[in-house]
Amino acid sequence: MKNHELMKKGMVASLPMIVGGIPFGILFGSLAMSNGLSPWFAIAMSSIVFAGSAQFVALGLILMDAPLWVIISTTFIVNLRHILYAADLIKFVKHLPMKWRLIIGFGLVDESYAAVRPLYGTNQISTENGHYAFLGSFLSFYLMWQAATILGVVAGELIPGMSQWGLEFAMVATFIGIITPYLQKTHLKSVAPYWVALISASVASLVLNGLPNNLGLLFAALVGVLMGYLASSLKANQLVSEEG
Amino acid sequence: MSTTYLMLIILGMFVVTFGVRFCLFAKANRVVMPGWIEGALGFVPISVLSAIIVPMVFMPNGELDINLSNPWLIGAGAAFFVGLLKQNQLLTILVGVAVFYLSKLLV
Repeated sequence: MKNHELMKKGMVASLPMIVGGIPFGILFGSLAMSNGLSPWFAIAMSSIVFAGSAQFVALGLILMDAPLWVIISTTFIVNLRHILYAADLIKFVKHLPMKWRLIIGFGLVDESYAAVRPLYGTNQISTENGHYAFLGSFLSFYLMWQAATILGVVAGELIPGMSQWGLEFAMVATFIGIITPYLQKTHLKSVAPYWVALISASVASLVLNGLPNNLGLLFAALVGVLMGYLASSLKANQLVSEEG
Repeated sequence: MSTTYLMLIILGMFVVTFGVRFCLFAKANRVVMPGWIEGALGFVPISVLSAIIVPMVFMPNGELDINLSNPWLIGAGAAFFVGLLKQNQLLTILVGVAVFYLSKLLV
């Protein structure tokens, strides 16, 4: 397959999540404006930091006059989940030159990971060529995020009160669109451990919601990963003993 | 707030965000993942994403709200249902957003 066809494959796989990301980006731009921050600040954050949910958390902290170290350490914690994505992708990037690893590292957001990673599992892309699919996904996502931020900055000035519309629900729906395929039965995997991960992470996130600096998010995610893994190990043992 | 301070915020956020995403890639050719970590990593996306959205859906105002008058819950429930039924992400997102705004309007 040619490189531009692979890039297109990555873009097409990302398309639904790009649509879902637009209102979220608009909300970010308009929130920054309605709280008296300058347009360049919103645009610089979207283009340099490029981290959806962390940008919202940081915005909230800036408005609370939080000290710099709190803003940066919270950003770190909110984004810590990306190290888990990186760990999962190492096997597909370790042979690539540094230039490629820098690009994929910069663009490693939830949606691109969710869109491109399954393409390896279904053999639509391979370790040799998959990075072009990632590049396509990253570029389309990056362009959308900048355009939506700018749109939000402009709209936020023209339409006051826009930040109260509940545009962040688009992110909720997008993430549900990423989650549900894991819960459907395919010939490749059993679904029960994924349900275990979903339910335990969800319950934990509600119980731990009061923890400061979004630490609840991190711990709840770890609970989900652990429970899912335990469930899958139990299942594997069961299969072995049934066969034996 | 001074421009320098705002620039420091962006710079600091960039460093930690990029650092987290890139650090394992920097020496990727030398990192060896134990098998059990590989197995556990498969549960990362579903766990992280549900931990982000579940509090937004069940506690939109900071307190547990499991009622039909909570549009977040109704919209998310609709998206979840469509997502399980059909393998179509765009439909999942559009139905979820439509139901969310409908129930916001009606309640």
